Amino acid sequence: MTQISVRVDGASYTDDVEPRTLLVHYLREHLGKVGTVVGCDTSNCGACTVHLDGEAVKSCTVLAVQADGSEVTTIEGISGGDGAQDGSLHPMQKAFHEMHGLQCGYCTPGMIMASIDLVADNPDPSEHEVREGIEGNLCRCTGYQNIVRAVQQAAAEMRGSAPAAPDTLGAQA
Amino acid sequence: MIPAPFDYVRPATVDEALRALADGGEDAKILAGGQSLIPVMRLRLAAPSVVVDLTRVAELRGVREDGDALVIGAMTTHSDVVSDPLIAQHAPLIAQATETVADRQVRHRGTFGGALAHADPAGDLPAVALALDAEFVIAGPAGRRTVPAREFFVDYLTTALAEDEILVEIRVPKLAGQWGMHYEKFNRVAQAWSIVAVAAAVRREDGHIAEARIGLTNMGPTPLRATATEQALAGVAAGADAIAGAAAHAAEGTAPSDDLNAKADYREHLARVLTRRAVAAAAGLPA
Ligand SMILES: Cc1cc2nc3c(=O)[nH]c(=O)nc-3n(C[C@H](O)[C@H](O)[C@H](O)COP(=O)(O)OP(=O)(O)OC[C@H]3O[C@@H](n4cnc5c(N)ncnc54)[C@H](O)[C@@H]3O)c2cc1C
Ligand code: FES
Ligand code: FES
Repeated sequence: MTQISVRVDGASYTDDVEPRTLLVHYLREHLGKVGTVVGCDTSNCGACTVHLDGEAVKSCTVLAVQADGSEVTTIEGISGGDGAQDGSLHPMQKAFHEMHGLQCGYCTPGMIMASIDLVADNPDPSEHEVREGIEGNLCRCTGYQNIVRAVQQAAAEMRGSAPAAPDTLGAQA
Repeated sequence: MIPAPFDYVRPATVDEALRALADGGEDAKILAGGQSLIPVMRLRLAAPSVVVDLTRVAELRGVREDGDALVIGAMTTHSDVVSDPLIAQHAPLIAQATETVADRQVRHRGTFGGALAHADPAGDLPAVALALDAEFVIAGPAGRRTVPAREFFVDYLTTALAEDEILVEIRVPKLAGQWGMHYEKFNRVAQAWSIVAVAAAVRREDGHIAEARIGLTNMGPTPLRATATEQALAGVAAGADAIAGAAAHAAEGTAPSDDLNAKADYREHLARVLTRRAVAAAAGLPA
């Protein structure tokens, strides 16, 4: 066992973990943060994406011991902050909801965490840049169209311009 | 899946890391970004007894200049490489190839040194290091040694690194003269490894190609130089026909694999086409 101290979604934790514990399993099984999910065994799907010291990472491909001394943000820690009114959804969550950026929802936590990371680097991504920016996240349901629209709408809201006109569901409907 | 149990060591200096490796014996393994090692440990294809994590060894991270060389610390992450101003100025080929590696999450963790030490034939950075005649600085129990790229890549997933050694930094010679560079990668889906890719650096002089350096990704168990094409390009007028003629030799001396992604003869075809495109782009001509 190795002792680690981490801040997760604003709260501090000190725990003994086996070195082989993956960060995603620490979050889910030790802390009960089941909003972060596991979708594959190959580091491809991105469903497990969280922010480690402010950068998007695949939490199935980081050891919990590597997060010692770090700050982790999961999908459960993003509402009520970052420009949202207290207790309300993060602009990225709101946009996925409004633009129908999900169907089964399994990829959504990872999509949202990767997209927030992308928009932090590139506040006004083109459609192509969104597609490249979330290439590490797989969605089996939506065909990505509405995910791309959601990310662009959230980006607009986060930079303070007017959100895109809501006629954009047409192509998928 | 969950890796087999192991002991975890997190040294703060290269010397501490070397000691931890020596103490750990044969089954000790270095952990850099973990983006290749953790997946194989999860699948239990690797089960080291001791894992030596280099993440907190600050001296291994960052890019600096040292006279005629650019020096890239082994633990510099892919995303730091992509945004580094010195790399952009002296070796843009490295940044261009690194941008095609995996996805942004993997690039936040994965490291330049880890990708080179892993030496996957489909990895994008070994061919770039070979094309740029990079040198590898290796620390071991007996001190440091420097190995040229041509000797570093030994075989499939095998490098000149011994089990008790650490790749410390990579020295990339700054190129003098008017060089253009381009990385041309062929894969079928986002976030995928190269089926074949070509790294080209071309020096132009008075409308001629004075010198070309071409590295091939995934055309054999190690990265290769397209030597016949390099020789055919030396001194020719920089034009589409001359480049196409030289690129026709790109697959000579290669030994590509036959696998699910491509047959060997298809890879040879790709090597010729991608070499033509990469050299044309590096020479500033339309592809
Ligand atoms: C989904 C996915 C897609 C990917 N796509 C691509 C791609 O398109 N192109 C590409 O090139 N790569 C790709 N990669 C691999 C990525 O580039 C990895 O970052 C890289 O292969 C390994 O770097 P790392 O720092 O994570 O090393 P690790 O996984 O930590 O280590 C890899 C190996 O190198 C050894 N090692 C690491 N550092 C040192 C050192 N300093 N000294 C001695 N030995 C060392 C380790 O012991 C281990 O055996 C992908 C990975 C994933 C998960
Ligand atoms: S569960 Fe982490 S990438 Fe799929
Ligand atoms: S909504 Fe089902 S996987 Fe994306």
